[in-house]
Amino acid sequence: MLKIDEKLCIGCGVCEENCAFGAITVVDDLARVNDKCTLCGNCVDNCEVGALFIEEGEVVPKTDLAAYSGVWVYAEFRQGKIAPVVLELLGAGRGLADERGVKLSAVLLGHNLGDSARELIAQGCDEVLQIDNPALADFTDEPYANVLSTLIKQRRPEIVLAGATAIGRSFIPQVATVVGAGLTADCTELAIDEDGSLLQTRPAFGGNIMATIVCPDTRPQMATVRPMVMKALPPDPHRRGVVEDLKAEQFNLTSRVRVLSSVIAEPDKIRLAEADIVVAGGRGLESAKGFALLNELAEVMGGSVAASRAAVDAGWIDYPYQVGQTGKTVAPKLYICCGISGAIQHLVGMQSSETIIAINRDAAAPIFNVATYGIVADLFEILPLLIDELKGAK
Amino acid sequence: MKIIICLKQVPDTRNVRLDPKTNTMSREGVESIMNPYDRHALEEGVSLAAQYGGTVTALSMGPPQAAEMLKEAIACGADQGVLISDRAFAGADTLATTYTLANAVLALGAADLIICGKQAIDGDTAQVGPGLARRLDLAYASCISKIHEVRNDCLLARRMMDDGYDELEITLPALLTVVREINEPRIPSLKGKMNARKAVIKTFNAADIGADTALLGLAGSPTRVARVFAPEVRGERAMLEGTVIEQVKELAAKLEAII
Ligand SMILES: Cc1cc2nc3c(=O)[nH]c(=O)nc-3n(C[C@H](O)[C@H](O)[C@H](O)COP(=O)(O)OP(=O)(O)OC[C@H]3O[C@@H](n4cnc5c(N)ncnc54)[C@H](O)[C@@H]3O)c2cc1C
Ligand SMILES: Cc1cc2nc3c(=O)[nH]c(=O)nc-3n(C[C@H](O)[C@H](O)[C@H](O)COP(=O)(O)OP(=O)(O)OC[C@H]3O[C@@H](n4cnc5c(N)ncnc54)[C@H](O)[C@@H]3O)c2cc1C
Ligand code: SF4
Ligand code: SF4
Repeated sequence: MLKIDEKLCIGCGVCEENCAFGAITVVDDLARVNDKCTLCGNCVDNCEVGALFIEEGEVVPKTDLAAYSGVWVYAEFRQGKIAPVVLELLGAGRGLADERGVKLSAVLLGHNLGDSARELIAQGCDEVLQIDNPALADFTDEPYANVLSTLIKQRRPEIVLAGATAIGRSFIPQVATVVGAGLTADCTELAIDEDGSLLQTRPAFGGNIMATIVCPDTRPQMATVRPMVMKALPPDPHRRGVVEDLKAEQFNLTSRVRVLSSVIAEPDKIRLAEADIVVAGGRGLESAKGFALLNELAEVMGGSVAASRAAVDAGWIDYPYQVGQTGKTVAPKLYICCGISGAIQHLVGMQSSETIIAINRDAAAPIFNVATYGIVADLFEILPLLIDELKGAK
Repeated sequence: MKIIICLKQVPDTRNVRLDPKTNTMSREGVESIMNPYDRHALEEGVSLAAQYGGTVTALSMGPPQAAEMLKEAIACGADQGVLISDRAFAGADTLATTYTLANAVLALGAADLIICGKQAIDGDTAQVGPGLARRLDLAYASCISKIHEVRNDCLLARRMMDDGYDELEITLPALLTVVREINEPRIPSLKGKMNARKAVIKTFNAADIGADTALLGLAGSPTRVARVFAPEVRGERAMLEGTVIEQVKELAAKLEAII
């Protein structure tokens, strides 16, 4: 609970300014906290007279932190392929492991894995723990969570990373629950602090704030990491590593969920997530015809089209092309948005793009807050001219 | 069928805007609402109960004012609302939250089906559903976009994946998290509103649900928020000026430099 030392508080209001949650206000020269407080501690750090403190209550018995060592990456494998985010995690994990002076391991679960383990080693890990078993052919949460949590209990890694994909966000919380670990969701930044613990930074409140989360007293420190944020290392086919085949019998692989069939969406959707250039349209395109114009631009530029939810809801383009909180997250080199206002739910899906170009006729549209280059104009005027100009240059 | 819906009261982050000058959150006019995903969870529970018979309990952990949201849930068709509220819950991360909710579910005498939203729009972790399922040892699947059919001991449902979707057979009792695509939530009916007005929201504290205080709130949370800050402002930023033709030419030049 956040406590206020009424004798020390001078009613300066600094805490109020520093609270992102509107949880502390100064009334009659005294700070007062309400139920919205998340105990984030921001006000405590900023109160110059030390009037605020967080009462921790009874603390859980400390884990023996030194008993945990090594960095693990969950190597998501689906439809015969290692998920692209795994290579990014191995890049990030390599850095963390080197800084800690420990091993980097990958855990690979699935069926018909082929020589995926070799690929993982080439991407930076020292060791692959794998189980190739028909019971793991389809993803269901129970067996996957059973295997990973049992392995963590047996071998005690200090850090466990997984992609914040549909699969990772589904079963990793179950693993964290079984091993009693702290789990930070959807991280966009990872670092090691002076004491060797993991600083996990993530967006919350629909991307309106960033929070850095730590797990000071427990191990392992677990995080899911947003795809397209970390950098993969260039593959080194000569890297050496150990592949350990684990006996499936020691794990409970039964599942109360059965996959009857899997439908893979058209490959376009997958191309969108990996495209270097994305041309996105919103309600401002006014119709499916507007999207034809957008398609033309995408074609000249060699990019993929995408859309805001408003455009998808209007039926001008299919859901797989939606970018944002309830659509895809993309981080291309270039993101061009036409007639998109820049609602926070759209921004969270594209704001880590390298260069963002916005075309909108409303100069006050929030999209311009994130745009590298902005043009205030009618897109129906700009786009045909731009297409001609680019065609001319080719 | 006994159905429990987990609902969270959240600040309406849709109305939260970043002040581009100070780069802080403007909080004016931000009210507390029912987490939008949970509205879909509730709708699904209410329509399943109507179709297959059963009762719907709306369950929330939160401050006393979350009782208002539970009344709204009753207006939208829930049979009863249960609020778990205690100062000891403050600062709970998802591990402590699922501990609390699991104890509450057990105090309510378990359920055949528990439905959660995919994620809450404030904490944004999507970890409570899967964690709760584990604590209660229930069959579980996330991101359900359609429930096709409920049978005696299982249900058939569609799960959204990054690359498409899976059709699943899920043994009951189970816990599901749902995405918005699953349904169109109803507007409260007049009768619903009247029920809500009359309804008494049952409120339990930590002791009522037999919870161990060492596992609650901040004390029971392995994660700590070390710092909260506004997202970084992007580096270079420019508005293009001039006539339309000039702007197009400048933009084309910039695009060619990038590609
Ligand atoms: C829980 C939740 C989840 C959501 N998830 C997503 C998501 O995943 N993705 C998403 O995109 N949205 C999502 N949304 C919706 C989001 O809040 C916005 O409503 C949506 O992004 C708006 O789309 P838009 O920018 O295309 O439309 P609008 O906000 O209507 O903006 C249209 C813009 O076009 C401009 N314009 C119009 N005509 C022209 C013209 N001729 N030339 C130039 N400019 C023009 C206008 O000035 C305006 O700025 C979500 C909302 C909620 C509540
Ligand atoms: C800035 C910030 C960052 C945070 N980051 C983390 C983090 O990385 N890891 C972590 O473990 N905790 C984190 N927390 C704490 C977390 O927000 C709380 O534990 C919260 O109680 C539940 O998480 P959520 O809001 O993400 O819910 P989600 O897991 O996203 O919610 C999913 C569903 O669970 C149900 N549900 C969730 N909460 C309740 C409730 N109180 N009552 C009834 N049903 C509910 C709803 O159906 C909801 O749709 C963070 C908190 C803040 C303020
Ligand atoms: S910052 Fe400290 S002294 Fe200033 S009002 Fe807040 S609690 Fe009081
Ligand atoms: S601890 Fe965080 S949420 Fe609570 S009052 Fe202080 S700044 Fe606000």
